[in-house]
Amino acid sequence: MSTRRSGWRHWIGAVMIMAASTLTMAATTKGEIPVAAAAGKAQSTADHSKFKELEGPFKSGPEVTKACLSCHTEASHQVMKSIHWTWEATSPTTGQKLGKHHVANNFCGSIVSNEPRCTSCHAGYGWDDKNFDFSKQENVDCLACHDTTTAYKKVPTDAGHPLYEPREMPKGSGKIVQPPDLAKIAQNVGKAGRHNCGACHYNGGGGDAVKHGDLDTSLNDPHRDLDVHMSKDGANMVCADCHTFNGHQPSGSRYAAMSKDTKGLDMKHVDHNRATCESCHDVTPHEDERLNNHANRVACQTCHIPEFARGGIATKTLWDWSTAGKRDENGNGLFIKDDHGHLSYSADKGNFEYGENVRPTYKWYNGVVHQIAMTDKIDDTKILELNRVEGSAGDPNARIWPFKVMVGKQPYDPVNKTLVVNHVFGKDDAAFWGNWDYEKSIKFGMDYAGLPYSGQFDFIETRMNWFITHMVAPKEKAVRCQECHTRAEDGRLAEITDIYLPGRDRSGWVDLLGGLAIIGAIGAGSIHGIARFLTRRKGQ
Amino acid sequence: MKMSENRIYIYKRYERFWHWSQALLIIVLMITGFEIHGSYSLMGFKDAVDLHTLAAWTMLVIWAFTIFWQFTTGEWRQYLPSMRNVGAMILYYTVGIFKDMPHPFRKTAVQKHNPLQRLAYLALLAFISPLIWVSGLLYLFYGNWAQLGLDKYFTLETVALVHTAGAFMMAAFFFIHVYLTTTGHTIFAHIKAMITGWEEVHDEGGHAKDAKVAARKA
Repeated sequence: MSTRRSGWRHWIGAVMIMAASTLTMAATTKGEIPVAAAAGKAQSTADHSKFKELEGPFKSGPEVTKACLSCHTEASHQVMKSIHWTWEATSPTTGQKLGKHHVANNFCGSIVSNEPRCTSCHAGYGWDDKNFDFSKQENVDCLACHDTTTAYKKVPTDAGHPLYEPREMPKGSGKIVQPPDLAKIAQNVGKAGRHNCGACHYNGGGGDAVKHGDLDTSLNDPHRDLDVHMSKDGANMVCADCHTFNGHQPSGSRYAAMSKDTKGLDMKHVDHNRATCESCHDVTPHEDERLNNHANRVACQTCHIPEFARGGIATKTLWDWSTAGKRDENGNGLFIKDDHGHLSYSADKGNFEYGENVRPTYKWYNGVVHQIAMTDKIDDTKILELNRVEGSAGDPNARIWPFKVMVGKQPYDPVNKTLVVNHVFGKDDAAFWGNWDYEKSIKFGMDYAGLPYSGQFDFIETRMNWFITHMVAPKEKAVRCQECHTRAEDGRLAEITDIYLPGRDRSGWVDLLGGLAIIGAIGAGSIHGIARFLTRRKGQ
Repeated sequence: MKMSENRIYIYKRYERFWHWSQALLIIVLMITGFEIHGSYSLMGFKDAVDLHTLAAWTMLVIWAFTIFWQFTTGEWRQYLPSMRNVGAMILYYTVGIFKDMPHPFRKTAVQKHNPLQRLAYLALLAFISPLIWVSGLLYLFYGNWAQLGLDKYFTLETVALVHTAGAFMMAAFFFIHVYLTTTGHTIFAHIKAMITGWEEVHDEGGHAKDAKVAARKA
């Protein structure tokens, strides 16, 4: 154990000051508390392949669901209360209606009018328009989360359904994709693994790594340096080991991420929420008391996730919708790839920029996020922050958190001062993708959503804050002290100016007068010494 | 030139140990302290903080022993200030030293500091050091302010600035002090005395009066 290393320091402190000894003793006992169990596959008491109900064959997802519900009587009711089904949440701090239903983002903008595409990540079947029936139990998709074979895939454009008939995908490619064997999948259900969560959460924003920056397919089998928790050489944990579920309710939310967990260790029977670092590591996990003290103002992630998008897959950092719709000389949509094979321009979507190994942006966060909803009045005189995080040095609940700040430029209504619903996906001639006509696509989207639209649109620069909380590096790769405690202009906390940061901050006056005192001392000594030398008596 | 040379034992063993351990620790504290301040980077912020903290605790322990030693031996009286003969000392350092005039003060075991030294060390021990210790300990226990109810009275910035100001004063003292060690009858006479404990006393007759003055004062 590495307690040895700092033992001598503790020892000296303890001998000298009794107060110090109580502190250090508190720190050294921490190591004895076992962390939550890692991801070894727990034994089940049921073999689903032996159930009559699951013999199949199944013609559709909902048929499988009905079979599941014949035993798991409460499952669908539980799922239907969860954000995975409702795509709706009420902010516990601001009372705002949040969730994909209501908020805007600076990726594809809004799910409204684009349902069949977006809802390929809905934990259900058939949400293809705004009239989806959220009360139909068989529309809950059990397999998306419980398939252990990895064969189950929801078609990107089929409103959450998997393939039922062989289909050429992508169109014109000549590749015929076969539908998955639903009976076999149903007979092999189990606890959610990383590929289940990842199918949607890795691919947010339309592709691998696009949205979050700290979630992508590299986490399926990460190197220890990439993710110390998920690596086989690390704790080998899966998503749900931290994002614990109870009655199908997930824990951990970016709409109201806990800024500071003061409760520490969570025993399983307490609240089934282990989505904070402190849930397993407790509130004083370091041997060095000084580091523990940092945790009061600095989130664990700030030091322990030095960069995001570290797994070799680039994340999107900029999306400019204002340039979308360009055509080449033949009248076809223009698509340009950069040297790394990423689209840098798409007629469908505009300009993109990407980043790998990106240093996060640091901001105070106190647990309150101010999300912009489609209906909110916006101030178009400045850059619009779509989800401003609240907090400052003076706020005791605030800690410094790392974020991926997504830079966007997206359409809005300059007369009504609202964001707009852009109808991007669909087989109709109003859909932006393929037709490249904002006049039509926005009009269609706003009419469909039943929102007021002046008929005019312009583009507004936006920012979106994405909590960086995955891809935790091993402790030896944590951010070093001097990356923040530095006068360098590119110090990590250079933008956090409302605290006194040792090593960075100083008083110009103290330094000037102190410097003069030192120069004066050396100068006076030198002059005095030279004078003594010059006036010395010879022969002595 | 003829001089009768006497040696007097002026710095006792503990005193010399105190002096040199302090010298080493102060140098370490200055080097690490100004790195923590951001003046340069040498060993990295963490190592600088760790070493600074270790040196500070070590020095506090030695101080605890020293305070005990000062009182049990009565040596604390060496720091009692007096304005008498301060003028003569200033005159010596500004004029006399260049004219090879005799030093107006005669060291004895009971009075080892000249009047200027007394004032300087009193300022150091009674003002600069406590300033650094108090601000340094507050700095060190910043994480416990809320628990101790101290966060109402201080800000980290104030404490850090006071500590820094004290450090600058200490650094200025350090350089003057080192220079003044060269003002003995030879360049290294004072340093030698602080190493061996023995001071060579040069009786040139003219010093006899000073010695008496010194003796009387003691």
